[in-house]
Amino acid sequence: MNRLPTFEYRAARTVEEALAWLGEAAGGADKDPEARAMLMAGGTDVLPNMKHRLFTPQVVVGLRGVRELRGIASDTERGLRVGAGVSLAELAASPLLRGGYAALAQAAESVSTPQLRHMGTLGGNLCLDTRCNYYNQSDSWRKALDFCLKKGSDICRVAPNGQGCYAVSSCDTAPVLIALDATVRIAARDGERVVPVSALYHDDGIHPVRLRDDEVLCDVTVPPLADGWLSAYLKYRVRGSFDFPIVGVAVAARFDGDRCAQARVVLQAVATHPVALPTVDEMLRGQRWTPDLLDAAADEAYRLAHPMDNTSGTIALRRRMVRAYTRRALESLLAG
Amino acid sequence: MLIGKSLPKIDSYAKVTGAARYADDIKLPRMAFGRILRSPHPHARIIRIDTSRARAYPGVLDVITGADLPVKYGIMPTTQDEYPFAVDRVRYVGDPVAAVCAVDEETAEAALELIDVEYERLPALLSIEESLAHEDIKIHDETRRGNVMKEVHLSFGDMEEGFDEADLVREDTYFFEGTTHAAMEQHACVADSGADGKITLWTSTQTPHYIHREVAKVLRMPQSHLRVIVPAVGGGFGGKCEPFAYDFAACLFARRHGRPIKFTLSREEAFLCHRGRHPVKIILKTGVKQDGTITAVHLQTFLDGGAYASYGLATVYYTGALLTVTYKIPRYKFDGMRLYSNKPACGPKRGHGSTQPRYAFECQLDRIAEQLGLDPAAYRKQLAIDPDTTTVNGLRVTSCGLVECVDRVVDSSGWQQRRHHLPVGRGMGMAISSYVTGAGKAIYWNDMPHSGVIVKVDRGGGVAVLCGSSDIGQGSDTMLATVVAEELGVDLLDIRVHAGDTDLTPVDLGSYSSRVTFMAGNAAREAARKLRAWLLEAAGELLDAAPDQLEASARRISVRDAPEHFVSFAEAAQKAEATHGTLSAVGSYTPPKLGGQFKGAGVGISPAYSYTACVAEVEVDPETYDIKVEKLWVAHDCGRALNPTLVAGQIEGSAYMGFGEAIFEEQVFRKGLHKAPSLLEYKLPTIYDTPDIIAMHVETMDREGPYGAKEAGEGPLNPIIPAIANAVYDAIGARVESTPITPDKIARALKEQQRRLAAPGAPKPQPDPARAANRVSQEAPTL
Amino acid sequence: MDKQLMTFTVNGETVQVAASPTKTLLEVLREELDLTGTKHGCELGHCGACTVLVGGVPILSCLALAIEMQGEAITTIEGMAEGNTLHPLQQAFAECGAAQCGYCTPGFLMSGKWLLDHNLTPSEDEIKAALAGNLCRCTGYTKIIEAVELAATRMRASADATAAG
Repeated sequence: MNRLPTFEYRAARTVEEALAWLGEAAGGADKDPEARAMLMAGGTDVLPNMKHRLFTPQVVVGLRGVRELRGIASDTERGLRVGAGVSLAELAASPLLRGGYAALAQAAESVSTPQLRHMGTLGGNLCLDTRCNYYNQSDSWRKALDFCLKKGSDICRVAPNGQGCYAVSSCDTAPVLIALDATVRIAARDGERVVPVSALYHDDGIHPVRLRDDEVLCDVTVPPLADGWLSAYLKYRVRGSFDFPIVGVAVAARFDGDRCAQARVVLQAVATHPVALPTVDEMLRGQRWTPDLLDAAADEAYRLAHPMDNTSGTIALRRRMVRAYTRRALESLLAG
Repeated sequence: MLIGKSLPKIDSYAKVTGAARYADDIKLPRMAFGRILRSPHPHARIIRIDTSRARAYPGVLDVITGADLPVKYGIMPTTQDEYPFAVDRVRYVGDPVAAVCAVDEETAEAALELIDVEYERLPALLSIEESLAHEDIKIHDETRRGNVMKEVHLSFGDMEEGFDEADLVREDTYFFEGTTHAAMEQHACVADSGADGKITLWTSTQTPHYIHREVAKVLRMPQSHLRVIVPAVGGGFGGKCEPFAYDFAACLFARRHGRPIKFTLSREEAFLCHRGRHPVKIILKTGVKQDGTITAVHLQTFLDGGAYASYGLATVYYTGALLTVTYKIPRYKFDGMRLYSNKPACGPKRGHGSTQPRYAFECQLDRIAEQLGLDPAAYRKQLAIDPDTTTVNGLRVTSCGLVECVDRVVDSSGWQQRRHHLPVGRGMGMAISSYVTGAGKAIYWNDMPHSGVIVKVDRGGGVAVLCGSSDIGQGSDTMLATVVAEELGVDLLDIRVHAGDTDLTPVDLGSYSSRVTFMAGNAAREAARKLRAWLLEAAGELLDAAPDQLEASARRISVRDAPEHFVSFAEAAQKAEATHGTLSAVGSYTPPKLGGQFKGAGVGISPAYSYTACVAEVEVDPETYDIKVEKLWVAHDCGRALNPTLVAGQIEGSAYMGFGEAIFEEQVFRKGLHKAPSLLEYKLPTIYDTPDIIAMHVETMDREGPYGAKEAGEGPLNPIIPAIANAVYDAIGARVESTPITPDKIARALKEQQRRLAAPGAPKPQPDPARAANRVSQEAPTL
Repeated sequence: MDKQLMTFTVNGETVQVAASPTKTLLEVLREELDLTGTKHGCELGHCGACTVLVGGVPILSCLALAIEMQGEAITTIEGMAEGNTLHPLQQAFAECGAAQCGYCTPGFLMSGKWLLDHNLTPSEDEIKAALAGNLCRCTGYTKIIEAVELAATRMRASADATAAG
């Protein structure tokens, strides 16, 4: 059996308590796999990675009991607020995720399996580690290849002559929240910061989430959406459940009559971070969405997507899916 | 009458309550735990192993290496090329090198890190082409030529004459990728031993008898002092048919320390044990006359066998043997070759070697049908072998329901009405196949029965059935109970089946080659009939009637024409025991001596063959080339469905597994390592992915099968893959000639077709005009 | 790692166990409580064999820390029947031939029970959605779906009879 390594477990009752324990153990760098303390909410990403010895924290701080991380609320002034500790199942089923927020429910519903969605949380999904065929393997497997740039060596096995780590951003909720212009509230011992979800990620496969290991992601706020906003999330994966996305497309758009007033398209699973496509947004803005326009937008997305050979599916397949799914996601807004 | 009724399996209740005990569920006092150290290199010499640090680690009881078990073994007697733990050379990433026994699994795992192994890396060969090209790099020193583990050349009939006679000769090349069994239960065992030195081994296996022989041999102990017991088994599919390193290690540790020890493999280790579907390159040349009659077939197969022989000797013969059992083939030539490579060994997986060439043949036949303008279903019926024929390579066909199977799938799928009117991107395809109902020879040649059953009747009316078979989920225990209950006229739940215990149960060769219903069923019937005769005689005395006037059913033996005159089963048993002494009877089954006299004639022979036909309906997305298999209609000649629900379950399960191989599954390697040794990355179809499966059984009442029964556990898998391939061709108009069929391969096939059509002077293909309208757009895809 | 005393409610019974906080619920159920009905196929969340109900909701016991499951109502396969009376879904599995090797069966029954606890008229799509996190290698899922449908029908009839009576 795969079993967990040794660690000390602490159940936090409040965010403050969690921060105090993290502070005791902080290493300093963003999401350092060698960190002395790690947070765990549902555990569905942290625990398998610990069984693979990708993480071996000395202390695991459990957030399961932290009530202040729960709750979904929505009003026309402040928009939609979702606690980081809300389970993906609860998020997917929430009646508040209607209208322009619908893609968030679609994304949450698409994650893995029912069992995992009852355990996994929004915060956990946003903080999901990046993934790669050479990384998400057992310790003995990785050792046989002398490890990799993300963990244990200084050579990337996907692109030995490349520019860094190409591990893939694989969470479904992030691209949707970026398309909806959401922000996250992050707590630290010395205060809070609110940052756009888009700023939470950067082009770094090794430390993909810009969260210090002494911070706690508390909640997500999606701004109020005027009438006319629609959103959708399409996920391509090999099987109908379990699998991470190997292409994800989040789209959000506001229509004024039959013209698009605003549009945001964000790709997922083609890079180390969700990829916003401002040139695609520009093509769509102010236009009636004709089939030719959507084809052109899809072609532009295709041009901008550069997946590597480190997930299931070939590069060719995933690029083809980027084009098809971008167009289909945009078409679904017209139908909706 | 119990035969033909869909009764719940006798172990259903245990399985639905979680009470069934699998190997890892076994917990014994003072149980220790083992873990295995495996090679990180695909090919290397072991220079030095130092286990001293591991031995010194607190909680470690013992550490062993190859030097502790230096006896070569192998499941096939003439190709014994393995040691339980590598002695001087490792041949694949995952090859067992050492084992630790400790007080708990975490300690054993930690101690693995403390075993120091010095390797000298050797060049690794990772494909058929590489193994053929580098004869100087010998993976096994014993091979005569390069890395050729086995070469087979068989010829029946004048091939030159056959091809000369043909009006059309096609030669096509196919590649079938390797896949693995991925049973839900990972491999596990527990061994225990006492001061008398006798060992008990509980192990998740399909073949307790073969395990018994090999483990006793390697442990250098008499078989009578080793007891192999099969617990509940969580699936096998061919992957649990031989002993593994953990079986030997557990027994050795138990013997040395006099306490039980358990090994449970991780999922990754299960992938490394493998012994799964060989990757096979197939070159198939077929000659036909204008009316479709086959004049000659020449099959060449190249098997990538991985690092060890496993069942590979049988596999390479199987790739050639069964092609002739379905169609009238007057001349046949087979050249097969199995190569070693530095990957986990391949072995038997459901269909065992016949799956790959069947895929090739049915795809090629589809091409031939198209070229000759023949309907694929009618063509197959035209070619179908007749019952009671002997094939050109000496295989005896008895019952054969192939034609009826084709009719059933044609009718139920609406093949005639719907095929030419499907919307763009949809297609239907057909294929057929056949499979053995039990290998005609044991893997070690002998004249003893292949199956034995002891039936014991007690005074209280209880019945015990003892058989060395292994129920791996297919319901063999229930089959035994059903046969005996039928003969004795008692309820299914009155029977207690004891199976798979080498101390108690007579030898049955195991759950492989789909032999158990036929062979153990016949043995059980023989034993039960002996007891039945005694019971009827005893009842006759009590009822003052002749035995032939009596009938046994529902726990009574009654006068047929006056059922109010009866005695209870228990009363008759007591009378019979008083007359004959303690009541028990033995039955056994030995297959008839079959087949030709040539070398290799022993593989492919079987007392009966099952037949299957499949129609597949698929949809191909015209933009992404994503393939969705919508529905599979599968009709299977099982001889007689002893329990229709269980037979349907085997058809459905086989179809599901074939579907997985057609579209999703591939056991592939990168940089010498298994690319995806997890259930996340090795894509087993989920409930969402699996098509609707319409299972139908056809009954041909085989005269040698118990109540007419033949197999259902493997045969239905084979035709699924080519049926899907042919359906994809029907949908898109281009052929993918390797498995799995992926969107990328479809894109390439379409592009290649465009290139060929566009080439100056290219001969026009012969499309079926009725289908041309339904083809996916043939614009050159941009990649 | 030193063991800690943990208290659970499992199948309606309160039990105390001394176990390391690094143990998953799966390991505690199987190895400390000897409830070996819950199986493991991967221990990484890739197969669903380890599914149990916590607070009535299906979770993967291989990815749940036992220490965090204290105070929760845990239901395992051993708690599905009432004494020797099978739950209608268990009965339906047995009758429909939905358990071949039986190894995935406890996990499927837990997921299926959750579905039927909330929905006695599930469509085929709803059944597939509920069982999407359980892999089976033997059955091709056909008879599993049939068994859920059969159980739903019977449970509806029984609920109607109770309501009428």
